[in-house]
Amino acid sequence: MGMTMTQKILAAHAGLDTVTAGQLIEAKLDVVMANDITGPMALPIFREMADRVFDQDKVVLVPDHFTPNKDIKSAENSKAIREFAREQGLTWYFEQGKSGVEHAILPEAGVVAAGECIIGADSHTCTYGALGAFSTGVGTTDIATGMATGQLWFKVPGAMKFVLRGKPGPYVSGKDIIIHIIGRIGVDGALYKSMEFTGDGIASLSMDDRFTMANMAIEAGAKNGIFPVDDSARKYLEEHTRKAYQIYEADEDAVYDEVIEIDLSEVRPTVAFPHLPGNAKTIDEIEAMEPVRIQQVVIGSCTNGRMEDMRKAAAILKGHTVHPDVRVMVIPATQKIYKQCIKEGLLDIFVDAGCAVNTPSCGPCMGGHMGVMAAGERCVSTTNRNFVGRMGHVDSLIYLASPEVAAASAIAGCIANPEKVGDR
Amino acid sequence: MKALGHVFKYGDNVDTDVIIPARYLNSFDAEELASHAMADIDPEFVNKVRPGDLIVANKNFGCGSSREHAPLCLKTAGVSCVIAETFARIFYRNAINIGLPIIECPEAARGIEAGDEVEVDFDSGKIFNRTKGTEFKGQPFPEFMQKLIAAGGLVKYTLANKDR
Repeated sequence: MGMTMTQKILAAHAGLDTVTAGQLIEAKLDVVMANDITGPMALPIFREMADRVFDQDKVVLVPDHFTPNKDIKSAENSKAIREFAREQGLTWYFEQGKSGVEHAILPEAGVVAAGECIIGADSHTCTYGALGAFSTGVGTTDIATGMATGQLWFKVPGAMKFVLRGKPGPYVSGKDIIIHIIGRIGVDGALYKSMEFTGDGIASLSMDDRFTMANMAIEAGAKNGIFPVDDSARKYLEEHTRKAYQIYEADEDAVYDEVIEIDLSEVRPTVAFPHLPGNAKTIDEIEAMEPVRIQQVVIGSCTNGRMEDMRKAAAILKGHTVHPDVRVMVIPATQKIYKQCIKEGLLDIFVDAGCAVNTPSCGPCMGGHMGVMAAGERCVSTTNRNFVGRMGHVDSLIYLASPEVAAASAIAGCIANPEKVGDR
Repeated sequence: MKALGHVFKYGDNVDTDVIIPARYLNSFDAEELASHAMADIDPEFVNKVRPGDLIVANKNFGCGSSREHAPLCLKTAGVSCVIAETFARIFYRNAINIGLPIIECPEAARGIEAGDEVEVDFDSGKIFNRTKGTEFKGQPFPEFMQKLIAAGGLVKYTLANKDR
């Protein structure tokens, strides 16, 4: 019986010729990552098991959630992982000023590569599937065990295959496609499974589109999302990593629980309404509704804080000003992206339009800081979750969208169609 | 091992942001986290919960973030067991790893109401609703997970295997 791409990577890391869905295995880990929320909690658990990490090159710490530290407790937490990184001599510890949001910085710095088996104590660790890696989020005890032993138990997942055809329209990107998919299958539509993306439509998706899509696999309940390693992915890897990497392909006769075909040319700009990422509405449906007035826009995060996202938002905002009722936070996801925004003149565009540009951080995405909302406020956000209270008050509302929809909405003061912004 | 208590009942997709909102994640002190358990879905939960009480929910319980603070705050608040139609996968792993008993049982999730007194026998997987006099059978854990639970969680299991 054939194996999926994910199953092949897991089999190789478990030292087995074949694995099947449902099988419990112990797999060797190539990268074990934690942040300033999950890392400090893992340290005492780690110390119960070991004095030294299993490999200084493979245990990675990224302070990004409550950084620059928002209060004394979060400063203590960052300090704990900073000191641990020094004590253990970790190769990959990303300090502020040289860092960024974990799932943007790890691919950019070449820490993750195709064919690897990666765990992170953050649910959006599934992002690295864009590079053809098996990558999944776990909790603190799992990450502490990974740090100590370099291996972890997994239940081999079954898979859903998404066959992407055609090319997306001009204002449609990875965010619209993944919200469309989650809208179709539901927030538990891929529960415990892999989402394997394939088809000739992938060639028309940039790496940033793929990172966005793999990032939100968890929002459909998936264990991981994964893309084949094509020319674009190889080029990205050549430009970013010095690691030797391995390319795996799904077998022709791999078994899938379900195959879903998607014509990318039919996907419209799509927004997820409160309070679930699967509560998808197309821009056409939204335009037929009463306008959804907003008070805040967030453009950034591990989902949509990459260079292309900045360029797309800036292209819409150029020459326009933010609506007087709206506050806009633009948060480039890494220092390198921040600098590139300066070089390309994008920061001028953002600031001239009336946006606040923040330093790389998860910021308001999980209601930490830098844009927490009051009761009754609504935000169009390029982040990944619109749960109750996620970005602040329990009575605030989050609408998930692409950078282009977010930028158009910032100008209009309500959820708006980027196709209709026009030049001024 | 048994659980016995009254039930707090919730619907589909109870996410980790409502179980323990991120604004409290600057701490990983179990007691402090427990004092905010379920804050954004049921502010009265922490005042009403008694040791041994159970949570019963529908589909995809614990979806969202990987924060282990979520099962930890429920366990520390006194929750003896969570029964749901299905669990989100990271919550499922985390609960097993820290020793919060969880059971998948769609029939029980549908047949138990808020306030019911429920007894769970973890060895047999039997769920008995004392209030209504109905009985359900939960999905037993796979053998490997039973070993993890018997060892007292992943840390103790890892240590035991390291010594071998």
